[in-house]
Amino acid sequence: MSDKALSASETASGLLKRAGRWQIWEIALWLIAIAMIFVLPSKMLILTEITILALFAVSLDLILGYAGIVSLGHTAFFGLGAYVAGIFARDYVSEPVTGLLVAGAVSGLFGFVTSFLVLRGSDLTRLMTTFGVAMLLAELANQAAWLTGGADGLSGVMITPILGLFEFDLWGRNGYIYALVVLMVLTFIARRIVNSPYGLSLKAIKRNPVRAAMLGISPTRRIVVVYTIAAVYAGIAGALLTQTTSFVSPDVLAFHRSADVLLVLVIGGTGYLYGGIFGAIIFTVLRDWLSVITPQYWMFWIGLILIIIVMVGRERITRWQAFLPGSARAERLKARKAAEDVR
Amino acid sequence: MLTILFDGIAYGMLLFVLACGLSITLGLMNFVNLAHGAFAMAGGYITVIMMNRYGISFYWCLPAAFFVTALIGVLLERTLYRRLYKSSHLDQVLFSIGLVFMSIAAVDYFMGGQQQLISLPPELRGRFDFFGVGIGRYRLFIIVLCAALTVALQLALTRTRFGSQLRAAVDDGRVARGLGINVSVVFALTFALGSGLAGLGGALGTEILGLDPNFPLKFLIYFMIVVTVGGTSSITGPFVAALLLGIADVAGKYYVPQAGAFIIYGVMIMVLILRPHGLFAREGGR
Repeated sequence: MSDKALSASETASGLLKRAGRWQIWEIALWLIAIAMIFVLPSKMLILTEITILALFAVSLDLILGYAGIVSLGHTAFFGLGAYVAGIFARDYVSEPVTGLLVAGAVSGLFGFVTSFLVLRGSDLTRLMTTFGVAMLLAELANQAAWLTGGADGLSGVMITPILGLFEFDLWGRNGYIYALVVLMVLTFIARRIVNSPYGLSLKAIKRNPVRAAMLGISPTRRIVVVYTIAAVYAGIAGALLTQTTSFVSPDVLAFHRSADVLLVLVIGGTGYLYGGIFGAIIFTVLRDWLSVITPQYWMFWIGLILIIIVMVGRERITRWQAFLPGSARAERLKARKAAEDVR
Repeated sequence: MLTILFDGIAYGMLLFVLACGLSITLGLMNFVNLAHGAFAMAGGYITVIMMNRYGISFYWCLPAAFFVTALIGVLLERTLYRRLYKSSHLDQVLFSIGLVFMSIAAVDYFMGGQQQLISLPPELRGRFDFFGVGIGRYRLFIIVLCAALTVALQLALTRTRFGSQLRAAVDDGRVARGLGINVSVVFALTFALGSGLAGLGGALGTEILGLDPNFPLKFLIYFMIVVTVGGTSSITGPFVAALLLGIADVAGKYYVPQAGAFIIYGVMIMVLILRPHGLFAREGGR
């Protein structure tokens, strides 16, 4: 009996280990990102933008792709992080890494407090509460002009060299390296989290919360934890934006940012972390290209893309990941197909 | 004081006409349609074009706004919305956000980004005194019209054959189909009615709410509050919620202008924490 239990837990940990194995395409992606420093030195600013958006989308993926919470106000945490980093740098310490940690902590605390709002109710209630929280913060930032600069944005943010060693240069080279390092570290941590037994239990809750609760997995505590982690990530992404641009505009809390990050994640695909990164690359390049063609009306095309994605089916669009060499998803799809054939 | 109450009621009535279509699609058909404001905006722009370019009377513009918007609603329902009734809420949210973005950009392209103005017919302008209470003629017009609409709507849903068909189709589509009710036609007509009412509300609201390409996003939160706070199981819930919201918003803007939108969002979040299914939800409802 105990023998059997042991082997079951061994199988389980074996499966987890296999799911968490490094894939060739993952390593290639990071190598390409590092190589960009030398290959495209003139495009550093847009690459930094992509990196920040990717981190923001990874954070949304943690709650949407793994816990199944649809949020219309995720930019609340992004904007909070941006403002905290800006105010902290202006009034207290202008060293970026400290600011990053402070912004992440404040945003995480806010995420912890608001996480209790998303525990109750249906999808619709969650949509409304997250949306409402983001609007409240936006209103607050707009009204508290003595602290945030109001509608003009927060200026006068001076950022000293990173750890006192590397200065932000005019071409954004160090800024990109800094953002990339943060993204890499945080993605590795997120990777550990989602491939742990805890990450697996989150997926169980997403599939069927009632069944998960019956199996002894308490949804409440797990959702609070993942929501807090996602808030920390989003806050750090916002802080990165402040530090690389030395400016905070009220735009960081605007509704279209929440919609944008949803679109980013949907383009890249949810539930495997890298969706945010691929999505950010595609989205930023696309937006750049569209706004060159139709400066004022690129929103129209973004809307059209959203509708087409939904109409064609998100599943079908994100299937291309399956063709990445050595993808776990490809193996799973193959296995499923074989099972269907037998049936 | 009473004037503020009166203005608040007029505002609330207007919000109800704007939002009740949403409460049908969202509450009864369980479709998260964030693009509802786009239909209202369509109604508003139809009125603006008819009045300012062709000089048609305001009274003719109102039914025109209703029917043209309803037609747009049916077209979109038949071609796009219908496929998404069974999809997840995330898909519906993404789809309708896409629709909002497209409508904003399209209106901006054709009509420009400025605020649109209309001139009301002379008998609706101005105010008169009624026992010391200043009453705006146009607001009185809105209240009367919207009250009539509300009563008609309530009767139509509870007393007519179509109303019972709709309720049957919503409660259990398969059984309703088995009883010979053409569910997809019922849904299409309901959607048309909802978007038509939004168009009418948009036409009526051009004067009070203002009209520019960002209308769908600016008022989305109001519609959603009406529906989520009011609960989605009946017409009366959203109606009471719309009145409360209208009065609270007008009074808040008058007495504590610096609080801005805080009160509304705060109240909404509080209600949703305490009663996640709305103030007037029936037990076990969706």
